[in-house]
Amino acid sequence: MPRAVASDPPGTAPARRRSARRGALGWLFILPFLIVFVVFLIGPLAYAGYLSLYTKGLATGTTFAGLDNYTRAFGDPSFRKGLWFVLRFSLVVIPLQMIVALVAALVLDEVTGRLARFSRLVIFLPYAIPAVLGALMWGFLYSPSFGPIEQLASVFDVRAPFLLSQGNIFYGLLNVVTWQWAGYYMIIIYAALQSIDSSVYEAARMDGANARQIALRIKVPMVTSALTLILIFSLIGTLQFFTEPQILGPIANGTVTPDFTPNIYAFNLAFRYAQFNYASAISFALGFVVFVAVAIFMIVTRKKGSIFT
Amino acid sequence: MRTSKNLPAFVTAVAVVLGLSACSGGDDGAGASRAKPTNCTNKIVHEDATRVSVWAWYPNMAKVVDNFNNAHADVQVCWTNAGQGQPQYEKFQTAISAKKGAPDVVMLESDQLVGFEIQDALVDLAPFGADTVRRNFSEGAWKDVSQGTAVYAIPVDGGPMALIYRTDVFRKYGITAPPKTWPEYAAAAARVKAAGGPVFGDFGSNVPAVTTALMMQKGAQPFGYDLSDKQNITIKLDDQATKDVLTFWGDLAKNGLVGKEDQFTTDYISGMVGGKYATYVSAAWAPGYLTGAGVGGGTEKGTWAVAPLPQWDPANPVEVNWGGSTFAVTSQASDKAAAAKVAMGLYADEPSLTDGWKSQTIFPLNTGVLTSTEFVDARSEFFNGQTANRDVYIPAANAYRGAVYSPFTVYYYAQLQAQIVKLNAGQTTGAQAATDLHDEIVKYAKTQGFTVR
Repeated sequence: MPRAVASDPPGTAPARRRSARRGALGWLFILPFLIVFVVFLIGPLAYAGYLSLYTKGLATGTTFAGLDNYTRAFGDPSFRKGLWFVLRFSLVVIPLQMIVALVAALVLDEVTGRLARFSRLVIFLPYAIPAVLGALMWGFLYSPSFGPIEQLASVFDVRAPFLLSQGNIFYGLLNVVTWQWAGYYMIIIYAALQSIDSSVYEAARMDGANARQIALRIKVPMVTSALTLILIFSLIGTLQFFTEPQILGPIANGTVTPDFTPNIYAFNLAFRYAQFNYASAISFALGFVVFVAVAIFMIVTRKKGSIFT
Repeated sequence: MRTSKNLPAFVTAVAVVLGLSACSGGDDGAGASRAKPTNCTNKIVHEDATRVSVWAWYPNMAKVVDNFNNAHADVQVCWTNAGQGQPQYEKFQTAISAKKGAPDVVMLESDQLVGFEIQDALVDLAPFGADTVRRNFSEGAWKDVSQGTAVYAIPVDGGPMALIYRTDVFRKYGITAPPKTWPEYAAAAARVKAAGGPVFGDFGSNVPAVTTALMMQKGAQPFGYDLSDKQNITIKLDDQATKDVLTFWGDLAKNGLVGKEDQFTTDYISGMVGGKYATYVSAAWAPGYLTGAGVGGGTEKGTWAVAPLPQWDPANPVEVNWGGSTFAVTSQASDKAAAAKVAMGLYADEPSLTDGWKSQTIFPLNTGVLTSTEFVDARSEFFNGQTANRDVYIPAANAYRGAVYSPFTVYYYAQLQAQIVKLNAGQTTGAQAATDLHDEIVKYAKTQGFTVR
């Protein structure tokens, strides 16, 4: 090809033909992904959007509703209550996860040897366990009749708090989610730490920095982009909170209500109450909230530093 | 950089709806698929026969299906257990909305029938010869599954309620006879508690059907509804009877006389095995489920007994029902005649019914069984040789006068459950719970297009 390019001045007809051919070839490569993307993402999305514009009553049948479902959604106390819960939960769980993950990564970055490799694996392990199994396992651990927490408490002749009761479920879930995700985030931070050139540390040490100063003044600033990435991931994930409360619901004595989180609310509207239209609207409304939350976060972080540039 | 910045948010927005829409996306309007169901849990005896898919959760279902398939060369049942109760209803509801994926025959509790009938999800079995099996059932049992001349399901079992109790706990705390009235029940509970005994019963939030039955026992009539008049519904949940019953149980729970645990959970069952509860207010099918979960065996063998449900007014006893299931043919069934044949014949043959009532997995509604001396005089192993049918369950079933359910039972139960959770947490009173429940259900009925009277 180089010869052909050289003989034809740029912009002539054969060159254009070639680039068109190359473009077609590109589309061909992207086609498998595109088909899956359209069939399983864009198509259902459009269909759900279409559904959300209609309303269906048991006694009335389906009628066009326009944006009524959306105004209803944002005024719906169930939706608002669920949103408030996931927002509160995000404010606590995200910093907690990040601190745990960051500390673990910094420690593992310092130590070497077989024990470090083993620890890394163990911390990461919860993420490798499917969320459903993890939640079931914690359900057993929390059990007031035969869970180890209760058994440990009974040694001291006290009753352990039931971590899925109305007053405690926030903390019960906090623990499950942190356990599940901290290891995964730790790996991301750890990978970022590994990519830092060791000459930077060398220079710092020559300037008289100790290990703590290196960690806080050099390592942490250099992995901020990884931290931002984690923050966005966990923000998106927490606002869509679903699996853990859904799995723990049946043993939580009714604490996990049908409108516990917006996603659970949408699920129940659709599959228990046969309100697919309103459920679609709730889902889009949640999507909108997530979008706004992430956008706000990005604007805020852009002002503060140069994370994105 | 701009596009990549917005990408996570976009992907999120997409992902949020993906889960829901992916399941409802198959609306091709073509109705039922004609493919032969193949993912059967059971063995097909006659390969060439018409296959009818069935969803059911009776504990002895495998045996029942084999009995049917061995006896029928022209029709074969392909059985799947799609979950017990609510999980199965969720799958069925989804299949209805998607207009595909439903089985030909589905097991439904009688309180769920109207909700599916109103969505035209069930087939009227009258044209398929439902009248031929009608004489096997009592007037009341038949009324529960029919609307006017239309028959929407074939009844199998009922759930007459009674007081199941532990004789060892009663003896230990000097309760000489099972309580006959609810005030006696509360007094006995207080006595056991004062002596340092276990809780007397359980006010579980996840069994709203029980609470509803107990409300009806006091005289509540939560719903008035008739499918021939689709738009209109009567709702009365803030009446005195409902308030009284919620107050009664809420107080028992508040005072620690009964537990607040959800039922059917591992914790609850292990509590049952360990003698954590002195009584269990439950239906005739309960012993079968309890033995299946390991209750009543080992050292607890022979400790259980059953007595009639306590009454509010012993001079005018009222009997109520919990659960009780039917087989309905779905409107998605490809061969409706064959499906109707299964609905009428499955769990209707003598060996299956006998196996069901002997293990106390079902309380049959088939009058042939109900009147047989073998059934009447049967000594229950779970109840230590007690003639439970003759003494307790048959009189309860005979006195049961039926109930009217709303077309949105699932929603009603969810709201009642939420109120019981609040009640158990001491965040509301019985009277307030009834009023809030009433308002919520009326509001919901209106958004669904009903005229509420």
